[in-house]
Formats: sequence, structure tokens, C-alpha cells
Amino acid sequence: MAEERRPKQCTVVLPTESMKAMAESIGVGQLQEESCVALSEEVSYRIKEIAQDALKFMHHGKRRKLTTNDIDNALKLKNVEPLYGFQSQEFIPFRFASGGGRELHFYEEKEVDLSDIINTPLPRVPLDVSLKAPKEQQKVESTEPLKVVKPGQEEDGTVQGKGQGATAADGKGKEKGLIRLKPRSTHELSVEQQLYYKEITEACVGSCEAKRAEALQSIATDPGLYQMLPRFSTFISEGVRVNVVQNNLALLIYLMRMVKALMDNPTLYLEKYLHELIPAVVTCIVSKQLCLRPDVDNHWALRDFAARLMAQSCKTFSTTTNNIQSRITKTFTKSWLDEKTQWTTRYGCIAGLAELGADVIKTLILPRLTVEGARIKAVMEGPVVSNIDKIGADHVQSLLLKHCASVIAKIRPQPDNVEQYRIDYGYLGPMLCSHVMKARTQAALQAQQVNRTTLTITQPRPTLTVSQSGLSGSAGPRTPSIIKVPSSLTLMSPRPGTPSQPSPPATKYIVMATSAGPASTQQVITLSSSQSASPVTSTVPSATSTLQPLVKLESGSGPGLTGSRPMQKYIVVSLPSSASSSLENKSSVLPTSISSTPIEAGMKLDRSESPGASTQSPH
Amino acid sequence: MAAVQGGLVDAVEKKDIKTEPSEDSGGNNNANDGRLLSPPPGSSASAPGGNKPPAGAPEDQQTLLAVLQFLRKNNLAESVEILRREAGLPEDALDLKAGDSAGAGSGGAGGTVDLEGEDASSLLSRVTVSSSAAAQAPTKGRTGLLPTKAVEDQPDVNVVLSAYSQQGDPALYGVYYSGLKRFIESVLDCHRAELSQVFYPLFVHMYLELVYNNHENEAKVFFEKFSGDQECYYEDDLRVLSSLTKKEHMRGNETLLDFRTSKFVLRISRDSYQLLKRHLQERQNNQIWNIIQEHLYIDIFDGMPRSKSQIDAMSGSLAGEAKREANKAKVYYGLLKEPEIELPLDDEDEEAENEEGKPKKKKPKKDSMGSKSKKQDPNAPSQTRIPLPELKDSDKLDKIMYMKEATKRIRLGPDNLPSICFYSFLNAYQGLTAVDFTDDSSLIAGGFADSTVRVWSVTPKKLRKVKSAADLNLIDKESDDVLERIMDEKTASESKILYGHSGPVYGISFSPDRNYLLTCSEDGTIRLWSLQTFTCLVGYKGHNYPVWDTQFSPHGYYFISGGHDRVARLWATDHYQPLRMFSGHLADITSTRFHPNSNYVVTGSSDRTIRLWDVLTGNCVRIFTGHKGPIHALAFSPNGKFLASGATDGRVLLWDIGHGLMIGELKGHTDTIYSLKFSRDGEILASGSMDNTVRLWDATKAFDDLETDDFTAATGHIHLQDNSQELLLGTYMSKSTPVIHLHFTRRNLLLAAGAYNP
Repeated sequence: MAEERRPKQCTVVLPTESMKAMAESIGVGQLQEESCVALSEEVSYRIKEIAQDALKFMHHGKRRKLTTNDIDNALKLKNVEPLYGFQSQEFIPFRFASGGGRELHFYEEKEVDLSDIINTPLPRVPLDVSLKAPKEQQKVESTEPLKVVKPGQEEDGTVQGKGQGATAADGKGKEKGLIRLKPRSTHELSVEQQLYYKEITEACVGSCEAKRAEALQSIATDPGLYQMLPRFSTFISEGVRVNVVQNNLALLIYLMRMVKALMDNPTLYLEKYLHELIPAVVTCIVSKQLCLRPDVDNHWALRDFAARLMAQSCKTFSTTTNNIQSRITKTFTKSWLDEKTQWTTRYGCIAGLAELGADVIKTLILPRLTVEGARIKAVMEGPVVSNIDKIGADHVQSLLLKHCASVIAKIRPQPDNVEQYRIDYGYLGPMLCSHVMKARTQAALQAQQVNRTTLTITQPRPTLTVSQSGLSGSAGPRTPSIIKVPSSLTLMSPRPGTPSQPSPPATKYIVMATSAGPASTQQVITLSSSQSASPVTSTVPSATSTLQPLVKLESGSGPGLTGSRPMQKYIVVSLPSSASSSLENKSSVLPTSISSTPIEAGMKLDRSESPGASTQSPH
Repeated sequence: MAAVQGGLVDAVEKKDIKTEPSEDSGGNNNANDGRLLSPPPGSSASAPGGNKPPAGAPEDQQTLLAVLQFLRKNNLAESVEILRREAGLPEDALDLKAGDSAGAGSGGAGGTVDLEGEDASSLLSRVTVSSSAAAQAPTKGRTGLLPTKAVEDQPDVNVVLSAYSQQGDPALYGVYYSGLKRFIESVLDCHRAELSQVFYPLFVHMYLELVYNNHENEAKVFFEKFSGDQECYYEDDLRVLSSLTKKEHMRGNETLLDFRTSKFVLRISRDSYQLLKRHLQERQNNQIWNIIQEHLYIDIFDGMPRSKSQIDAMSGSLAGEAKREANKAKVYYGLLKEPEIELPLDDEDEEAENEEGKPKKKKPKKDSMGSKSKKQDPNAPSQTRIPLPELKDSDKLDKIMYMKEATKRIRLGPDNLPSICFYSFLNAYQGLTAVDFTDDSSLIAGGFADSTVRVWSVTPKKLRKVKSAADLNLIDKESDDVLERIMDEKTASESKILYGHSGPVYGISFSPDRNYLLTCSEDGTIRLWSLQTFTCLVGYKGHNYPVWDTQFSPHGYYFISGGHDRVARLWATDHYQPLRMFSGHLADITSTRFHPNSNYVVTGSSDRTIRLWDVLTGNCVRIFTGHKGPIHALAFSPNGKFLASGATDGRVLLWDIGHGLMIGELKGHTDTIYSLKFSRDGEILASGSMDNTVRLWDATKAFDDLETDDFTAATGHIHLQDNSQELLLGTYMSKSTPVIHLHFTRRNLLLAAGAYNP
């Protein structure tokens, strides 16, 4: 044992030269050699003794480093006066000097000018001792500050155990890996989460209203949904695409309510998925046809509701970098100005603009009132055109009256003269006048309309009432501060010019739709997809190739070896067996949405797992 | 039992011990005094030596001198002459030698004038040696004279040292030692481990003899040659020894004094002992034999020799293992009966809180508590064995709170580990030296190296002082919320600083009722602080040297302290002088803890032993050896049956108090363990260390394994299995924060504390 080390222990003794030097320093001249030897041995012994005592103080001070204070304390223990005032900036403050055959080490003491010390600014006061503990110490999950940093193997078991207990999920082992890793970009779902997703989506688009209310409530309040967010987003956008084609108004309403619920959830950050959600919402606002019987069904309510969603997302997510609001505004205005735009789309554009707030109404809608009034007059009083046009004009008229009246009430001075109104606003003037007068009386009530979040769509003609009573209780008014848009919206900002951005496809889509005029909605989708897909040359090929089986799978042929969860879900929900033609469109649409988004990673991961999604490769 | 009674009994016992080897040797040394004095003529031990050539070993000459002395004392002048002529000794040799040997003993110059007196004084000195050694070695309630103070008594030291004055050829020491080494290496394996224990004490004493007799160079050579053979856990002591090379150094060296004043205790089986004795007699190796006789206490047992691992587990202390007798006393380790508290208020509360379920549960629980309290634990001390303070109303309320909390306690186990919440002290550049939590985890106090004590409230409730006396006069004493009114809102803050000490604060402890705080410091004082006024109430002076640790009794009122002066003191808060002084440790007392039933205290020391003391009698009732470094952490299990200890060697040892046995060893930490704590149910043991980790151990399993083991309490030779890895439930590492304190809340959340060390 350490034989090579030990022998040194007893031989270390201070050199006699040191004794001589020290003797000289206190004025003893010729010290005899024997005295030096005796002294050095004695001194060495005492130094060792003191060092050993100082170690005790170090141990009790709970340190690993011996300090000068320890030495002082050890000296005190021996009843020796401690060294006062010895301090040094340097580790070894001694200087070496030689000359005349002598070698000396000395302690360099510089002369210090007192005025310098007085005049130098005081150093910063050191921070006081403070006690830090994790904030929510009673919550089981957050009490593990230690566990985050632990290395080694043996702890894994314990942490996993902890995680299991904390999540309260009945994780049986597979969950372990997931919880331990908490990966940010993988969207691998646990079995439980898959079940949850299935239940929720089914309930959201199912027939049972009570179940739907519950499901929406869950989406709006559950804090752990972020992993499922990409799937929800895809589910919604795909659902809208298909159901617009099929004119399935009810499903569109359900999907919009899902969007609403997602937006109401304070723990979800939707900005990464706006590229999927906004086109879907805009579709529901401006689509030419949303239902099978436009003359009877109340698709107007859906447009209103979607317009409000749009306005809400503009408020929440619009930043100077992504410019959602101005782009949306431009889109609406452009299609509204188009002569050939149909009344339905026209209604949607106006509703979308109107919901954006009084400023938008003032600058964009009010100047157009005369033109629009003339157009309405042409329909209402002109030769008999289709009933549909008439209803459309009627709705546009009431919409304009509703929104403009409150704004005019604010900006226009008091005396409401019918004639003056007629001069200013043309055909709509008289009606506007009466509305304004009414609005003035209940200004307070109307002012809130823009900001309202719990939504009850009630139409004058009670054909369909969509009421979100299930949500209104829990969601409450949503202040923008809950979902704060992070300053870096990475999705959009770094590459503003790339055509693969989420919003442009939507923009195009509207334009094409309006210009195409009588073309069917099926064509609209095709157009929009090809428009946006073509510039994305790098990613499309691979994406399409890998996604090909997806189409097969959806068409019901079964053996799909790949396929993400949401896709399968989608089939269950929204695809009747007849929709084979639209699917082909979809297959070409998908890549555009995937290629430029962070979902890509998630998709790939999904594809890498086996279809049953039962074996999850831990990362 | 006898070992703890007092000096008188010790002496008697000592005699018994001494006679044991002499019986074995078949009357070689026929009596105590035969060895204390120089061997009388005709004694078989010295006779062969006399027949050797006179040119031989100096000890033969010494024997002759002793014989001469004896003869002269008995006025046998003719025989003296004859003998001297035969041995060829000069006339003055006797006088010189006698003067030398006796002179050291009496402490004076000594002469040959009065041989009678000379011898008497020599005898006296020897007797004092043995009696003082006896007084030191096993423990007794000796109060007053401290070992360190004894250093200043020159005669005493001389007496102690004079035992080394035997002469021998310094050059032969190495030969003797290596001869013995060769012998021990050649014996059967089963004996070798046991006999190897002799090496270290022999080495130390031979070295000290050489140093004492001014053979400095020989001592150095001897040390260099053989120090490498010693067990690595003696390294610290060897370091001290190595610096000691002169006779003058020996005076005042505490470590040396420890060696001298206490006999090194070895446990050796009878067979091995016989083997050693036979060898030494065959070789006429009197030098070694004398050391064994004088400085070693060999505790002989019948039965199988122990294995190397068994020996290693128990050895390592400064003075060898504990004598078996030392751990025989009965210890009442059971818990005291909980005072019965009527809970009228409690029932209402419970019912108000949760309407159903609870009251139903409450009833049987109450019954069980009642039955438990009726049945007195046979191992528990009687309720009034030591007077405990009366429970105040506030204490009762606290007890009720405790019981309520206890019902919500999480049951821990290997599958259900506690969560750990770490309180980091930031910016503690002055050095955090001690931490304590209140039992209800509402306050945390830290002692710092800059002499300050800080108290934090970790609940939203802020710390408030009581108003000044003038303001207190103004308040309405009859009002219901008078306790609230006496507090001064203006002083509310999250933390308070207490100034008073003049040195680093090494120990800190809250009183159970949270009204007081106790701190001890390098300045030698223990201070009692009020947590109502945040001022110092008392400074207890008694320790003249740094006080390393202090702790309140679980029942309040009493507290224990221990420090550099090697004496643990028991105090009561209303006495400025200690009630008991527990002396017996051979080095600093580094850690002190109260037993849950307040009837015992345990102290850990730098001499690497743990001692359990009876508060009532002041006796040492247990000595636990086995640690290889100073003990810095101690913890009793909640049921009072077991003790856990942690030391600088990074090991946690578990002890059964009732049987006085080591029952487990938990290896894993790589640095000093500063904190140990059992969970409230005693199922988990948490240890915190300088290596920045908290480790959790399965205490239930560790203790269960013991009960299934078939160890014999009689011999105390426990075979420890190396199952640390199985018992280790988790290791939790902080980045750079040594764990100084651990605390389980009443609901079994583990709190840890330490200063972040950037």
C-alpha cells in the first residue's frame, strides 16, 4: 500500500537556509549550523501540526479548500496569535532575489498612496446570501431539480418511476422512454395519446352534441396537447378541404369549432401551424359554396364565425414579421373589389374585413358603401335574377348595416339626416341612418361585438343555430396576453420570399377561386395546390413519393405500409367512399403543407414507425 | 457494565485482564506486580536472559541491574557484590542506570541516595500510569479534568511517557519487527489476518520508544521501512507520527497522548493468541512481548478466528476495537410513550374538512394509539427516567398538527421514492457551515463562517419580532388575538440575521417548539437565540475550544454539544453550566445527536469511534468502531433501534444499538458524508455528501437482512455482505452544491440544503 509514497512523509523538513534568512530578518546575525538544523526540525514539526489542525477546520467548514482562516483558527487553537492582515491577490506572493551568493525569497510590499485608495470608486457591494428553491415545491413534478442533471445508469429507473407517478397516466413502461426524453421536435404519440386523439376527433365530428361539447372543452383546456397539435392542425385543414368540396356544412362548422377550441387553449402555441389553419379558416369565410342548398342552409353563420376566428388569430398572432393581418386584409379587399365575385364570397370578404375592427371598416368598407349599395339595389330592385343572388344581396346588406352603423355612429356628428345619408352612402343611406340612430342608443352594447370570444351564432333566419355553450363556461374571455406571440416566429420570418410559406397558397386560392368564376370547388383546390407546390422543387419529389401510399391507404385499399395517424383518422371521419376523385388532388396538395414546416420531422418519424404504431422506437 | 462504573471497578477489572495472559503462560509472569516491577530473581521470564552471554542484548544487562537493585533494596549486600562481579558490571553502572530509569519516572533528577524511596516512587509512578490509563481507556463519568488540560501537568505527562523508558538496542527494533512479520506471514491463513492486527500498534509503540529514547535516526529508518506495511486507513495517524521525531515533540502531542493513555484494543481468538505467545517466548523476543503486555489490550475470545474482512470492518479507530465488555450494558432504545392528547378540537376540524371517511378512520386509529400506549415497550425507558419538560398548550397543538400531517404522509419504499427539493444558498461566499430545518419545515437556518446566523421562512408567513416592551404595555392583554398583537408588523421579513458569534458557526439546531435556535461556534460558545425577538438569550460557556456540533433534545429543554476539547456536554437551557460531561473520546467530538427518547446521546469523533452515552448516569454504554475517518454525520432511526453514521471515508455504517453491533455498510459516496436522515417511517435512509450527491438507501432491507441473519450477538463478529449496490435506491447529483443538510418533512418530502459553490 502506497509504500512509495509514505517514506517521504517524515523526511520533509525546511531547509536550514530558510532559518538563516528568517534569523537575519529579525536581526540575528551568525546563526550556528546546529542551531539551524534544530530550529528547522522544530519549525517543520510545528508547521505540520498546525496544518493538521487547520484541516479540521476545513472539514467542519464543509470545504475542500484550505483557507488562511483555517490556519488562523488552528493557530488560535494553539494559543498562538493568528497572522493579522496577511492577504494577497496572488497565489504565491513571494519574490525571488539572488546576489552575493545568497538566494532570498521575499514578500513584495508595494507602497500604496492613501489618496488613491480613498479616491478609487468603491467596488460593487457583493450580493447577499439568498435561499433558492424550486417554486412549486409541493408539486411532485417540479420538485426534482436534482434529477435533471444526474448522470449515470442507476438513476434512470428512479426517474422513470417518478415520471410515471407524476403524469398519473397508466404508463406501463413504454411511456418511460417518452417521458424521460421529452423531445422537442418528435411528435411521437404514446398509445394513450393515440387513443385520446381518436376519441377527440371522432367526438368533434360525430353526431352526439354532448360528446362534442366535452371534446371541445377538453381541447380548449387540456394542458398536454402540444404533441398532438400537428395532427389536429392537419386534421382540420384536410377536413376543410374535403368538406368544402362535398359542401358538408355541418362538418365545416364542427371543424371551425375545433379551431376555436385550439385557440382557446392557453398552453398551445398555434403560430407554427397557422399555415394550415388560416387557409382552412379563410376557406370557410369566402368559399363560393359551403352547403348543398345555398338558398336554405345558413352558411352565413359559418362565415361569420370563421371571420371572427380569423380576426382573433390576426389579433393574437400578427406581428411585423409575418404581417398576417395586412395580408389577410389585402386578400379580402382584392376579391371584394372584383366585379365578378359572387355574393357569397362577397359576404365573406366583408365579414372578414368587418371583424378586423372599426379602423378597417372605416378605411376600407365605408368608402365602398355607395358602390356596394348600387350593386345591392341592382339585385333587389332590378329584373328577377336567381333567388340565391337575392338572398346573398340581402345578407350583404344587413351585414353592412350591422357593422357600419356602429362605426358611423362613432365618427359622424350627431344630427342624423336621412337625406344627408342618402347623399353620402347612396342606396344604403336611409337604412344606415335608422341603424345609426339605433346604434347610438345602444352603443355600449355594440362596441363589444368585435372582441367577443365566446361565440353564439344566431341568425335572423333560424335555420341553423350553432351555439358553443359547452365552451363558453370554461374558456372565458381570452386576453391576448395568454398566448403571447414569441418575438421570433421562425416559421415565417427567416425566409420571407420563399413561396412555400403558408399564407401565399391561401392567397392564391382566393384569387383563383374568384377569377375562375363558375368553376367548381374541386378545381379551386387543384389550382391552389399546383400554384404553391410548383416552386417547392427540392422537397416535393421526395415528399410526394413517400406520400403516395398515403393516397392508396385512404382510398381504402388497405395495405398501406406507411401513413400517419392523422391521415388515417381523417379517412374515418370525413371520407365517404365516393371521394376518390378529390383524393388525387389532395395527394398533390399535401406536400406543400408538409415540405416547409416543422411537421416534416414529425411525419417522417411517423412513417418510420410501423403502421400499428404500437412499437415506438425510443430515442 | 463494569467498564462504565468508575475508577475503582476499572482497577479491579484491569487486574482480571492482566491475569488472563499470565495464567495462559503457565505462571511465567505470576502476578501483576511481577510485571509492574522489574522481574524478581528466579522468575522464569528473566532467568534465561541472565544465562545468556553478558555481551548480549542490553536488556539482559538491564535485567541484571534490576536484580541488583532488588537485592540492594533487601540489604543483601553480599549477593550484590557477587552478582556484580560475576556479571562484570562496574561499580557505578547500577547507580547510573537506576538513576536513569527511575529518574524519568519520578520526574526529578533522581539519585541513588535513597534507593528505597526511589523504588517506591517508581512503583508509584507505574501505578499511576496504569490507573490513569485505566481511567482514560474505558469510559467513566469523570468530570472536570480534561485530557488536554492534562497536557499542561508536566508530571503527569512524564509519568505517561516514562513507560517508554525501557532500553533496548535501537538497531534491533527493525530486526524484531521484521522477525515477527516473517512469523505472522508464515502462519496459517486463518490466523494470519488476526495476528496482522498486532502490526500497527506494535509499529507505533516501537517507533515511539525509539523517539523517546532519542534514537532519532533509527526511528526514521524504522518508520520508512515499515510504515508502508500498515493498513491504509491508519494513514492519517501515521502522518502525525511521521512528523514526530524528537522527544521534545512528544510532550503536548495529543495523538501521542492518545496512544499512551489508552491501550490499543485487539480482539484475537485464543488459538491465534497462543500461537503468537509461543512464538515470542521461543524467540525470547522480550521487547515485543513487553509492548504487548504494556500497551496493548488483547481481548481473547474462544471460537473461530475472524476473517480479514471481518477484522477490517471493525478496525480503524484510533485505539483499536471496542472491548466486548464496553457494549454489554443494557440500552433502553425503545421510544417513550406518546403523551395522550385529547383532540376535541381536532375532531371538529376533521369533520369540517372532509365530511365523511375521516371520522370513521379516526376512531380505530385512536384506539390503536391507545392500545399502543398502554402496552409499554419492554425496551423503552420508563417515562420518568429523566425528567422531561411538561407539554405546553402550544406543544399539544403542534402534536395535533403533526398527527394530522402524518395521516397524509406518503408511504415510501423502493418503488416509491421521495421527491427531493433542494434549497440552494446562493452568494454564500463567506461559507455555509451548518443548516437546520424546523421539524414542520417552516423555517430554515444557516450558520456561516463569517459568524452570522441567518433564519429564513420558507412559507409565505414572514418572520416578525415581538414588539418592544413599551409597545407591549399598550396592547390589550385580554383580547383573543393577543398573540397576534404582540408581533410587530413593521419587522416582517423573509429572513433575519443573528449576530453574536465571533467565529464560524459550526452547529445549529432548532428547538422542537420553534421558539429557540441553538448555535455553536469556533469561539467556544453555544448561543441560544429567541425566534420571537431574534436576539441572543444565553451564551453557554464551557468548551474552551471550538464547538463542532450541538443539538436540541427531541423533547426540548436539554441539548448536547461537543467540540475540540473531546468532552461532550449535556446542558439544560435554564442552566448556565452543563448538567453532564461525557469524556472518553480520544479526539475531537465532531458530531452529536440525541436519541429519539432523549435518554441517550450519541457522539461521533475524530478518533473514529462512536459512543453512546446514558444521559441519566453519564456512562458510556456503547462504543462503535469501524469507521476509518472522522465521523461527521449521525442519525437515529425513528424507532430508536438503529443508528447510521457517516464519515470522511464516504461510507455509511449502520448499527444495532440493542446488540451493539455493526449491521451494515453502505458504500457509494466518494467524499465526506455531512448529512444523514431517515424518512419519517424509517424506510429510506438519505445521505448527503461533499461529493454533491444525495443518495437514497433501502433501510428496510438493510435491517431486514440482519434479522434473518444468524449472527451471534455474543461474539459480535458479524459478517457483512457487500450489498451496497442492492440497497442503493438512487443517486441524485447537484451541479456544484455539496449537500450539507437533509430533512424529511412530515409528509416525507425530502428537503436538502447546501451552498452553491461556483
